[in-house]
Amino acid sequence: MNFETTIGLEVHVELKTKTKMFSPSPVSYGAKPNTNANVIDFGFPGTLPTVNKYAYKLGIMTALALNAQVNQDTHFDRKNYFYPDNPKAYQITQKEQPLAHDGWIEINVDGNKKKIGIEELHIEEDAGKNTHGEAGYSYVDLNRQGTPLIEIVSKPDIKSPDEAYAYLERLRQIIQFTGASDVKMEEGSMRVDTNISVRPIGSDKLGQKIELKNLNSFKHVKNGLAFEEKRQVGILMAGGTIRPETRRYDEPTDSTILMRVKEGADDYRYFPEPDLPDYHIDSDWIDQIRQEIPEMPDKRRQRYIQDLKIPEYDAGVLTDTKEMSDFFDQTVALGADPKQVSNWLMVNVNAYMNENNLDLNQTKLTPEHLATMIGLVKDGTISSKIAKKVFAETIANGSEPKAWVESKGLVQQSDPAVLTPIIDQILDDNEQSIVDFKNGKDRAFGFLVGQIMKQTHGQANPKVVNQILTAEIKKR
Amino acid sequence: MIDKKLVQHVAQLAKLEFDEEQLNKFTKQLDEIITMEDQLAQVKTTGVAPTTHIARQKTSFRADEVVPTNSQEELLQNVPEQQNGLIKVPAILDNGEE
Repeated sequence: MNFETTIGLEVHVELKTKTKMFSPSPVSYGAKPNTNANVIDFGFPGTLPTVNKYAYKLGIMTALALNAQVNQDTHFDRKNYFYPDNPKAYQITQKEQPLAHDGWIEINVDGNKKKIGIEELHIEEDAGKNTHGEAGYSYVDLNRQGTPLIEIVSKPDIKSPDEAYAYLERLRQIIQFTGASDVKMEEGSMRVDTNISVRPIGSDKLGQKIELKNLNSFKHVKNGLAFEEKRQVGILMAGGTIRPETRRYDEPTDSTILMRVKEGADDYRYFPEPDLPDYHIDSDWIDQIRQEIPEMPDKRRQRYIQDLKIPEYDAGVLTDTKEMSDFFDQTVALGADPKQVSNWLMVNVNAYMNENNLDLNQTKLTPEHLATMIGLVKDGTISSKIAKKVFAETIANGSEPKAWVESKGLVQQSDPAVLTPIIDQILDDNEQSIVDFKNGKDRAFGFLVGQIMKQTHGQANPKVVNQILTAEIKKR
Repeated sequence: MIDKKLVQHVAQLAKLEFDEEQLNKFTKQLDEIITMEDQLAQVKTTGVAPTTHIARQKTSFRADEVVPTNSQEELLQNVPEQQNGLIKVPAILDNGEE
């Protein structure tokens, strides 16, 4: 019997705002416990929530970037549950009329393009953070309580762990380009829950789904789903039945482990949030936000290929993150040759970031400095060899390339009046090389160039040296 | 029809415990309330949008500007137990709720 797989992904994304979704206390990562919260976040009696306009705007922007339809008439709902990470004992969310619905993104797996539907996106608030201590206690920090989130729910279009991986990559890329979120799994600004079911091919009913948690990277999602796919097919092949379970991914064994068997649906007793009014989202506002969406990676890639003649692969690498793409655009706008900028970013800058485990904005490099450095090579002020030194200095210490080159005396020597006597002297000292060269030994020329470079501490302009050397040999 | 099992379930969701006598009493009371509300279901509401609020106010937003927060000390005044600025609670087993 052959089986087909259906995967659902629920992705939570923290919106990049200054304040909480329903209170004006600050949102920040890594502050002292229970200092970035107020009485609203703590759910004190008599407090009232207020809706952060900028968070809603970022939500709409994300929805539009994901090709979704914004619900103009909406309200918030209350989801009731008891858990120490949320002392209000309810979460404000959008259950009945979500922020937006029916979006899609296109993924590409091994060259096959496919549209994956997005069921809905809704706005809600994050909960606080629990740490589990010893001796029967846990510890709660409510700084994160109330942080604006959007939850993005996929349609059951994802058919394999590879497609799930591609969907997450694409989703992260698009959202990152809107600027609505940092979308970093490692900092928790992007979180993924998934469910998976298998059924015999041809069956018109979806199989029993299993929920999967504790997924800290896209790779965990892919591996967890792959394990679960095999496990479920194995059970069905042996004549067994799949129970409704929540399982967690276990990294050391690269497998999934049972957390609990679900009995009946969760009962959250949703009802319309009484502390917030109904909302009507003006179509003018939606149109205005649509205009403000930054250029998306696909468009940028096309522009790089067509207008700037960047090879397709390179254009893909440059548009992987908004940071990199913005940096590229800014450097090119300063007049630097696009192909040169692309080469420096793809090779040297990427290598530096990987070696030092830094993001682009954590390095000291600026578009101005990179453009200046490329200009110095182009006008012959420095050789490309020296440029590597300048680059290492600039990216590590933020030194201005031109000033640094001058202060270190690294300016390339291109003046024939200076170079010709040096070259003549070297020819006088190496008469055998001239003979060898004239007898067809090309290597002799390289040897002579090497001597000149040694004499000038690598500062002679190779192009000028070549010209003068050729002319001087001819004279002899 | 409200039965004892349902009342017990709702009580459990609200982390409440009732004895047999209380359960019987509440089951009867809740059943009466729901039966009365059944009258509302007789009103024809075809084509009428659900009412989520009766307030006339709509669409109220706050600007994304930080207002100084309550201090940690203030916030933790009503906390039964605390340690290093954290709220100390009985150990939580991750039951997957969010």
